[in-house]
Amino acid sequence: MTQIATSVTTENLSVNETGSKGRSLWSDALKRLKKDKFAIVCFWVIIFYALVALFAKFGFIASPWEETVGSAYDPPSFSSIKLILGTDIFGRSVFYKVIHGTRVAMSVGLVSSLISVPVGVTLGAIAGYFGGWIDDLIVWFYTTLSSIPHIMLLIAITFIMGKGITAIYVALGVTAWVGLARVIRGEFIKHKSRDYVVAAESLGATHLSRIFKHILPNVSHFIIINLSIQFMSAIKSEVILSFLGLGVQGQPSWGVMIDDAKLELSRGVWWQLAGATAAMFVVVLAFNILGDALRDALDPKIK
Amino acid sequence: MFVYIFRKILNTLPTLLGVALIIFVLFNMVGGDPTYQMLGKHATAQQVAEIRHEYGFDQPLPMQFVKYLKQIVTFDYGRSYATHQSIKDMILSGMGPSLTLTLPAFFITTIVAVLLGLLVAYFRGKWIDKLAVILCVFGMSVPMLAYILFGQYFLAYQLGWFPISGFETDWAERFQYVALPILLFFLVSLGYDVRFYRTAVLEETGQDYVRTARAKGLSEPVIFLKHVLKNSMVPILTNIVIEIPFLILGAFLLESFFGIPGLGGITINAVNNSDFPVLKAMATLTTFLFILGNLLTDILYTLVDPRVSFK
Repeated sequence: MTQIATSVTTENLSVNETGSKGRSLWSDALKRLKKDKFAIVCFWVIIFYALVALFAKFGFIASPWEETVGSAYDPPSFSSIKLILGTDIFGRSVFYKVIHGTRVAMSVGLVSSLISVPVGVTLGAIAGYFGGWIDDLIVWFYTTLSSIPHIMLLIAITFIMGKGITAIYVALGVTAWVGLARVIRGEFIKHKSRDYVVAAESLGATHLSRIFKHILPNVSHFIIINLSIQFMSAIKSEVILSFLGLGVQGQPSWGVMIDDAKLELSRGVWWQLAGATAAMFVVVLAFNILGDALRDALDPKIK
Repeated sequence: MFVYIFRKILNTLPTLLGVALIIFVLFNMVGGDPTYQMLGKHATAQQVAEIRHEYGFDQPLPMQFVKYLKQIVTFDYGRSYATHQSIKDMILSGMGPSLTLTLPAFFITTIVAVLLGLLVAYFRGKWIDKLAVILCVFGMSVPMLAYILFGQYFLAYQLGWFPISGFETDWAERFQYVALPILLFFLVSLGYDVRFYRTAVLEETGQDYVRTARAKGLSEPVIFLKHVLKNSMVPILTNIVIEIPFLILGAFLLESFFGIPGLGGITINAVNNSDFPVLKAMATLTTFLFILGNLLTDILYTLVDPRVSFK
């Protein structure tokens, strides 16, 4: 009896030492994340971008962007918020265009994630859980898809679907799920024979409930880690595709602005390039830092 | 060893077939009939029929697929819509300029990045390491287009250190024209690469054999350059292969900006001219080269790490 009691106390002690008693992975990770000041700043930067995108969408700010606010290529001035980044060739506010570019970038990140996360999670889970020929088929499919160089595939899909933002959503959505599916499949293979899953099975849990109710919550932190990388690469891809003329049409986008700037630079017009580049740099940097911090916080094994 | 290589080659066959199928579905089925796109809205019925016949769009889909497979095997992709040149000739003439840019760029970048990765990992935890990681993340976050535009504007246009754009086949001049693109390629890739190689190296420095080497009294440079570097070769090779598509596409943005007549330039022109067959050929070619690169890495793994073999 005493023996058991001591062993329990030591166990409790050791648990208390690591500080994880009664804490879930999530609250533990949140605690770790909160210590990372940089990551918190980056998180709020991304929220800020999202709010700007949302406000621009509903016309609360930077509306209307098509309006002529000065003559062609007015340099930046502090006389008005509209002129803070100067004007473009049609005398439109570059600052407003940057804001609307934010809207396009964030929406591309969001929609492509909304397509790719469910697809990647479902296919990865099914492949890892069932194994056998289903696994072979899914692995074959994503190996094939990822063998086509990413930018070539994006160009091909947007080119074939016709230019425009819908084509970009679809192209990014159908290409971005592969990375997530790979990770989720690997985790499901690890988890499916663990005790808690076997226990659930003996209690009569169906395949569906074992996949989504039991295993998925245990691997869901990989989705969050993957999401920040995916969001960022979607933003980068949108800029490249729009730059190539395959992206958004008739709307400001950072890529289109950079494309315009190609010819403006030799005239000394640098503000359109600077505005689009700076806006993109800050949000990509924020995603990079937050992504690293999330990985460190949620998956302490990987360093 | 040969069994391993043979098995690896056999394994790529389903992937090759899958790639052919995906590209075919994309271009011939989803993309539909590009005849009208080519001829415009005012084409006569006869013109449409002629073009459809010339490019084989009047045949049933399975026949078209067989024709496409034949194109892949014979490397004869027909003619471009826009220039009516043979696509094979276009690719062959684009190969040289592309490689002039990408091969030096790739080798310089990889060698410098691996060395920097080792160096930074050597100073792990110190301020040099922290500063380097911060610089890497900053470097990764600057858009590639910004590097190219600012580089072309300041270094070539303003300072006149490099030609703004163009290309010559003569070797001495050739390198004059690709020097700035190579430098920009280097700057664009450096952040990601150094950080990646630093992580790969750090993963090895915690291993037992490193402690043994230290206990033996080996100097740190010997440990890093001889033992750690060798053991980090697998992730290093993997990263190199991941960058091959970028290499093949000849850093296509760079080519287009600097007027280098390579494969990337061909691809961008094909996008601008709605040149279906050229895009299809380029997609096929780059994919097959990528798969080939993967295969070569699998084989190289066995050379750098005998443990990989015979699995």
